[in-house]
Amino acid sequence: MITVDGLRVYYRTLKGDVRALDGVTFDVRDGEILGLAGESGCGKTTLGKSLIRMDGRMKHVAGTVTLDGRSLPIADDAAMVPFRFHEVSLIPQYSMSALNPTRKIGRMIRELLKARQAPYDEQELHKRLELVGLGVETLERYPIELSGGMKQRMVMVISTLLNPSLLIADEITSALDVSTQKAVATALAGFRDAGFLKSMIFITHDISLTYQIADTIMVMYAGKLAEKAPAKTMVTAPRHPYTQLLLNSLPEVGVRYGQRRLAGIPGSPPSLLNPPDGCRFRDRCPLAYGKCAEEPPPVEVEPGHFVACWKA
Amino acid sequence: MLSLADVSKVYRVGAFGGKTMTAVDGVTFDVDQGQVVSLIGESGSGKSTIGRMILGLTAITKGSITFDGAPVRPGADYYRKVQGVFQDPFSCYNPVFKIDHMFQLIRQIRPYTQEKLEESISSVRLEPGQVLGKYPHQLSGGQLQRLLIARALLLDIRLLVADEITSMLDASTRIDVLNLLVDLKARGLGVLYITHDLSLGNYLAERTVVLRRGVVVEMGPTEKVFEDPLHPYTRQLLAAVPRLHAPWEDARPAGCGVHSDVQPDPDHYVACSCEKEPE
Repeated sequence: MITVDGLRVYYRTLKGDVRALDGVTFDVRDGEILGLAGESGCGKTTLGKSLIRMDGRMKHVAGTVTLDGRSLPIADDAAMVPFRFHEVSLIPQYSMSALNPTRKIGRMIRELLKARQAPYDEQELHKRLELVGLGVETLERYPIELSGGMKQRMVMVISTLLNPSLLIADEITSALDVSTQKAVATALAGFRDAGFLKSMIFITHDISLTYQIADTIMVMYAGKLAEKAPAKTMVTAPRHPYTQLLLNSLPEVGVRYGQRRLAGIPGSPPSLLNPPDGCRFRDRCPLAYGKCAEEPPPVEVEPGHFVACWKA
Repeated sequence: MLSLADVSKVYRVGAFGGKTMTAVDGVTFDVDQGQVVSLIGESGSGKSTIGRMILGLTAITKGSITFDGAPVRPGADYYRKVQGVFQDPFSCYNPVFKIDHMFQLIRQIRPYTQEKLEESISSVRLEPGQVLGKYPHQLSGGQLQRLLIARALLLDIRLLVADEITSMLDASTRIDVLNLLVDLKARGLGVLYITHDLSLGNYLAERTVVLRRGVVVEMGPTEKVFEDPLHPYTRQLLAAVPRLHAPWEDARPAGCGVHSDVQPDPDHYVACSCEKEPE
């Protein structure tokens, strides 16, 4: 169980602070997959990164993160070391390039575990490789000998070897073909079912993919939470105008369009350097009215369904 | 208008080009005026190579590509009629110059007036005053991509090769570029839309060509290919596309589309799949 409360993370730049993550509150239960969706620049990767390792430009401004009853020292790089991979693990956005090209994969895994002072359980490793459809002989290969999808699944196995409580999967399927994407996403849900990890945050820009594997979907807009709901509710009855417009702009297979046209959302997200007060979607929102100049708090309209909009 | 007949491309690979790799193998299809044809395939299927061959950026190994009955000969004459737009709009601009410079580059091929320029920018649904005189970094990816289309339109082209033009764009702006292509189609432009995203092809195209390892496996009117796929590979692809309202299902098992009882319509081509099963 992870609880994030009022998390604010800014990027330091020469022009001032970029408020990439500006007060986000949510929790992920044990056994739950939270799908985090949103367009580029909405803060979804920043959220994922701040839960495991902040880079030098990132600044923790406010908010707390609690994992299984213990507070995570996310602002303290050194204090996070014992948590990384044991408690919180990450599959990075470019995991294709995360493998050491000069080592055979088996040797690399042994070295990694040694560095983390964790025991090397060969049988368990073989069992997990089988689960994602990779043969044991893959361990005797170099990364260059594997295809993109195989590398991605290999990194998945390595990231979860120590049974972390929270796994963050950041855009792991964006560079894959549709059929490989399905195999990787299904394997990821299989890991949760097998109990290799307790909860997962699955970050992607593709809402239809999130819908396939997530229990709950959270949509972010310009550094803030827009809507969070069970996956089914989110795609059938979204309440936030941004989610509604976004879902209406997605073409689908299995639908005959003919002369029917989908509509995009006019305008672009605000700059986060000096973001406007109030609702950040206000300028693009067809429903905006006077009250939107005040910031809408996330309200629970139904059990488990949070919306940050005055009109919802 | 554009016609590909048995086109193949063999690349020389390895040290001193000792080995060969067939990227495109015997591809035949047409793109007519006012028609969007989507070329769908996974990575390595040869879809971009086909686009590059049509644009004359890569030589053809075998077969022929003809435009209005004449073989394609790259040069000013040809590029006045056929233009390409590519995936990454950010790398198509020189960051040192303003947007206007990008338009001036085509003055040698076809002189234009300021009015014509503004008209073509308006036709991609941009405000000329808002984009002219700006540097590329001041505009969004969707705006830059639409300006590249505007430049192509300035030449009064007849065929646009659009290679993954929306894959770098956000969902909310992507649809604007797609709708723009639909408008241009209504004005008589032929579009070859190259993509790996089946849902975009379904939204946009009249005809769909599905490629696998350089070979056309299925081709026909979009609704036939998407609603009644006959090749096992197409079925597998369609089953893997994440949908919004239906959970993933397994692909329907299929026999060979050629040697079965179901005979496809004459304009619905299916390759024989008797020997190779998709893995």
